[in-house]
Amino acid sequence: MITLSHFLILGALLFSISIAGMFLNRKNILILLMCIELMLLAVNINFIAFSHYLNDINGQIFVFFILTVAAAEAAIGLAILVVLFRNRRTINVQDLDEMKG
Amino acid sequence: MTFELIIFYIFSGILVTGALGVVLVRNPVYAALFLILSFFTSSAIWLMLEAEFLGITLVLVYVGAVMVLFLFVIMMLDINMDPLREGFVKMMPFAAIVAIIFAGEIVLVMTSGSFDFNHAVAHAVDYSNTKEIGSKLYTEYVYPFEIAAVILVVAIIAAITLTLRRREGVKHQVPAKQIRTKRNERVRLVKMPAEKRVGE
Repeated sequence: MITLSHFLILGALLFSISIAGMFLNRKNILILLMCIELMLLAVNINFIAFSHYLNDINGQIFVFFILTVAAAEAAIGLAILVVLFRNRRTINVQDLDEMKG
Repeated sequence: MTFELIIFYIFSGILVTGALGVVLVRNPVYAALFLILSFFTSSAIWLMLEAEFLGITLVLVYVGAVMVLFLFVIMMLDINMDPLREGFVKMMPFAAIVAIIFAGEIVLVMTSGSFDFNHAVAHAVDYSNTKEIGSKLYTEYVYPFEIAAVILVVAIIAAITLTLRRREGVKHQVPAKQIRTKRNERVRLVKMPAEKRVGE
């Protein structure tokens, strides 16, 4: 018998793996974007698990919108990445200090 | 241990392995491929949760579009990975500690008994998940749905305008300018007296 906790723990594992990935690959924007996608996936698993076990379809609608926004985010993020690489010839986060923040 | 539980553990094992691959692997192409594996597997897990529409959408939209975009960008850029990996081993214990603490906290909360509603309603054979999502999406959530469409349009326009560039020194025609041109911009009639023949 699969319980709700199984899915929630799976989502938590996925989320913490992607947090670790953020720490490990903190200089590579490409892998950082992939880690963001993984985090969104973990959140979506939680949403769908709750939607299933509470028998409420609204959770799945939310996942639908998250997918939409995540697709838009990935497209714009990669476009920014391409422009960045074209101008600076690097995607190292440490080299991006033009704004001196 | 039921058959369902065994399948769940197999899929979760593949999913967690794929996620670890994304995080740990050196080559970004392999990372993207591991991410595709994780998307496929979680789509299977969503099917187990009776979210058929979203499971298929995940494969179509993410694997079919977003990950292909990722792979395109990775292969287009000529990245030297060595400076991007420095500090990887140094950060490893720190990252592992943070991840373990985070996961441990959540697991503690999950197993505390507050999330024990496990009475998932078994649906009839002719129940359609897609139909239910559609009827909800086009009635109650119609404005958010349209806003989502606007967000996608904005994303398209933003991505195109960001990556568009005018190269210097490239010859190209502007059809609008060609059509709008008038006769007197191109032809100039010059009146001049006839030449006299030499030697007269």
